Parts: sequence; C-alpha cells; structure tokens
Amino acid sequence: MNKILFFAHLRDVVGEESLSFDAAGKTVAQLKGLLTKKYDSMNLDHVMTAINEEFASDEDVVQEGDLIAFIPPVSGG
Amino acid sequence: MKFYEISKEPIVIQDVIDKVVQREAGAITTFIGTVREITHGKRTLYLIYESYEPMAVKKMEQIGNEIKERWKGAEVAITHRVGKLDITDIAVVIAVSTPHRADAYEANRYAIERIKEIVPIWKKEHWEDGEEWIGNQQETVAYPKGKPEEKDLHE
Repeated sequence: MNKILFFAHLRDVVGEESLSFDAAGKTVAQLKGLLTKKYDSMNLDHVMTAINEEFASDEDVVQEGDLIAFIPPVSGG
Repeated sequence: MKFYEISKEPIVIQDVIDKVVQREAGAITTFIGTVREITHGKRTLYLIYESYEPMAVKKMEQIGNEIKERWKGAEVAITHRVGKLDITDIAVVIAVSTPHRADAYEANRYAIERIKEIVPIWKKEHWEDGEEWIGNQQETVAYPKGKPEEKDLHE
C-alpha cells in the first residue's frame, strides 16, 4: 500500500489529508490519471509530485510503501 | 542547531541571525518577509500558511547547500512560519553571512526566490469576500531541479 498526502486546495477536493492507495508499479502519470478519474474536480496538470519527500517526474514508478505527496504550485515566502 | 525550520510560533529574528554568526564573515544580510495588506487592489484580512514540514525542511536545506556551493564561505539559516498570520506578521526570516557584503546580498535574494519555487509551503488568503489557496503567486513556473532565471529575480 501507499500513503498519498494532499495539501492546500487538493486537500479540500479530497476532503482528507491522506489516502491509502495501492499505487505500486504505476507511474506517477498513471496515478494522477486514476485520481483525476476518481475526483471530478481534481486537476493535477500543474501539480508536482513527491516520492519519499523528493520531487519525482511523471515517468517515475511508485514502489510498495513509497510515500506519495501531491505538491500544488507553492506560495511560501 | 537547526538551521532550517518551520515554526508554529512567531519567529524571533535575532535567533535566526545568531545562527549564521561566524568569525570569517564580514557581512550578514537578513530578509524578513511580512504579510502585506493590499495585493492587486484587494484587501487581505489574514493568511493561513500550511507546509509539508519534513519536505519543506529538506528543501530549505537544499537551498542552503546551493548557496554554499555558489558563494564560498556562506552560512545560511531560514525559518518559515506556519498557521494563521495577521497583516504585518513575519512569515519568513532568512539570514546569510559571507566574508564580503555583495555575496551576502546576492545569496539572500537567491534564497527567497528559490523558496518561492521549491519549498512546499502554501498560503490561503482570506479576504472580506472569500478565501482561496494561492498557487503560482508570481505566475512563475516551478523549477524543482533548476535554478531561478534572471527574469524571476526582478518580479
């Protein structure tokens, strides 16, 4: 299983801070596709992805137990 | 000593500065980011900052390491606040010390621009007529692995 973290407006869309989801073997792009199908109002086009607290690309493959986080455009500072 | 921190409490500016004091330094620059009331003509009542804390700390550390590579002898400390902030409250403090002053100014500027690109922190603006998570506040694209371009440094 994988834990998926959501932040900012994505957290409002999902209604949860995190989900458990079996994403092992899927690419980040495939995972994004599955989630946008599940949540009508979710747009992940400009959202970055982190695997185990490091930025990942759409082609990266999720491993069992990886911690996934979707990172909307940041606005700190 | 923690050089890169997310704080739920008000930031003590002097504490951040003290972390970069070094005998080799001839300059310390401090950047203090504060909550602005009027943005594009709209009045902000208050902000909520949220972070992905463990990754935010790692990314601030990455920025510090980028600075140390680029400006020799630099020491860097960054603290970013989270939670509810009122107008004029301090959101972020960056202290950079270097042997010579020009580097301290440049490196500090670099730090705040990079924070706005790669550190997972978000602000929710609350106005009189609503609220919204702000993304892409400067309409810049994030460059998770790259460096800010020259044009980004003048927004």
